[in-house]
Amino acid sequence: MSTDVAATTTSAVEINDVSVRFQSKRTEVTAIQQVSIDVAPGEFVSIVGPSGCGKSTLLKLVSGLLKPSSGTVTLLGEQVRGPRHDIGFVFQRAALLEWRSARRNILLQAEMRGMNSAEAGRRADELIEMTGLSGFENALPHELSGGMQQRVALCRALLHRPRVLLMDEPFGALDALTREQMNVELHRVWRETGTTVLLVTHSIAESVYLANRVIVLTQRPAVVKEVIEVDLPAERDYSATMARPEFASATAHIRDLLGAVTGQD
Amino acid sequence: MDTDRAESRRGVVERTWRPAALLAACLAIWHLITVTGMVEAYLVPSPARTFGLLADKWSYLWGHTWVTTYETVLGFVIAGVLGVLVAVAMVYSRTIESTAYPILLFAQVIPKIAIAPLFVVWLGFGFEPKVIVAVLMAFFPVVISTVTGLKSVDTEMLELAATMGGGPVKTFVKIRFPAALPHLFAGLKVAVTLAVTGAVVGEFVGSNEGLGYVILQANGNMDTPMLFAGLIVISLVGVLLFLLLDLAEKLMLPWHASRRGAAVTTLLAKGGS
Ligand SMILES: Nc1ncnc2c1ncn2[C@@H]1O[C@H](COP(=O)(O)OP(=O)(O)OP(=O)(O)O)[C@@H](O)[C@H]1O
Ligand SMILES: [Mg+2]
Repeated sequence: MSTDVAATTTSAVEINDVSVRFQSKRTEVTAIQQVSIDVAPGEFVSIVGPSGCGKSTLLKLVSGLLKPSSGTVTLLGEQVRGPRHDIGFVFQRAALLEWRSARRNILLQAEMRGMNSAEAGRRADELIEMTGLSGFENALPHELSGGMQQRVALCRALLHRPRVLLMDEPFGALDALTREQMNVELHRVWRETGTTVLLVTHSIAESVYLANRVIVLTQRPAVVKEVIEVDLPAERDYSATMARPEFASATAHIRDLLGAVTGQD
Repeated sequence: MDTDRAESRRGVVERTWRPAALLAACLAIWHLITVTGMVEAYLVPSPARTFGLLADKWSYLWGHTWVTTYETVLGFVIAGVLGVLVAVAMVYSRTIESTAYPILLFAQVIPKIAIAPLFVVWLGFGFEPKVIVAVLMAFFPVVISTVTGLKSVDTEMLELAATMGGGPVKTFVKIRFPAALPHLFAGLKVAVTLAVTGAVVGEFVGSNEGLGYVILQANGNMDTPMLFAGLIVISLVGVLLFLLLDLAEKLMLPWHASRRGAAVTTLLAKGGS
């Protein structure tokens, strides 16, 4: 019991023996089976796994948008029982309001929370500057490129300085080059804010470049196949990191794991 | 800036010349039919006679036009407000949705011209029965389009809203309702043209004023020029109300108009290549 309490106070996210079953009229799908993951405060954890294995489901559990069928999820020392407001969420599609400018889309976060508007405005400008959106504050979403839209979504998720950031394939719709730029930016933002990040991605390179740890899930029902500690320096220059032998071995290992997983049936 | 304005002026010309040409062609054909004597003048009056009558009897027609417009707008506004309220209730409550749908559908399929006499019996010859028929005509498209609009919101957007903790009211005001506006406007545009029909149908059934009454009287007197003039004025009322809504939509939803414009341009570019 006492060790439990100690664990919850030291983890930012604690997924404890969680299973999720989806019931429909005809079938019952087990998406996640007895998964346990611990994420330390300030840690960057990537989650990779075959398509449809339950990665999005996992993030929805942490945010409280979905309830586990069994097991418990603890976020910042408090058990998750419904939608949590102390997180930031970024989806694969930017999900912007098309009638609002970039800046006002970011400020939606503040309006919904009833934050002080002057302070929120300052924070928004700071994030716009940090993510290189300056000059596009007043552009409508359809006037922005996919990468810019995703930056707006990231700013919106960071506006209230959440201690935990959940990202579900945030760069999946971007071209390779923009994606690299976004990776570099996300890395810098993470270093500057010290936020705990859970990132779901299909890109093995992205998962390794950004993370302290990469969690590899198996095919559905998802269980944790392996956890890879990324042995790279904290400060990561993009091309220098790509060239490191540790990077190559980590990505090769994950590719092997995923290949083995999908080759099972 | 100046080139922008010139561009938009050219756009207006581009958009209006085709319909204008078609209208002119129709008038020309109408004129030809009457001057060549293909059709007897007492059956189809010439455009010159019709428009001459319009000018002569302008003050007489104006009074009746005002009555019909009043009934139409009142019916349309009531239908719009009620329709949106019912749609919101239906989207937020499954029970209300399943209860209201059959009634709505029933009210929609029942021929308005067949129940209009009943309202005259109940409410007399005043403007009330006409407004009620206009409401009945206009209500359904508003409800259907608003429900569609409110349901069209991205589930991810709603999930995000849940993590932002604004509660249902803020989510509705800031996300759901604005997202439904393009659909709502589409419904309102259909509704306003139906409201005109509703008001005229109401007047047919029993009245002593309004454009429906004018047409009925003209019909009784075999006064085809007046009949044609009445028809033209009714159409003008409908078109004008429609254009007003179109303008309101452009002013209120510039983001939507520009996006639609962009989509059309790309389609045209693709078709042209
Ligand atoms: N609401 C739901 N109802 C029923 N089944 C669901 C629901 N949500 C997800 N599932 C099922 O759970 C499984 C995991 O879904 P999830 O979206 O978490 O996968 P994923 O790993 O994010 O996939 P991808 O990489 O393609 O995004 C899938 O098989 C899916 O069909
Ligand atoms: Mg997913």
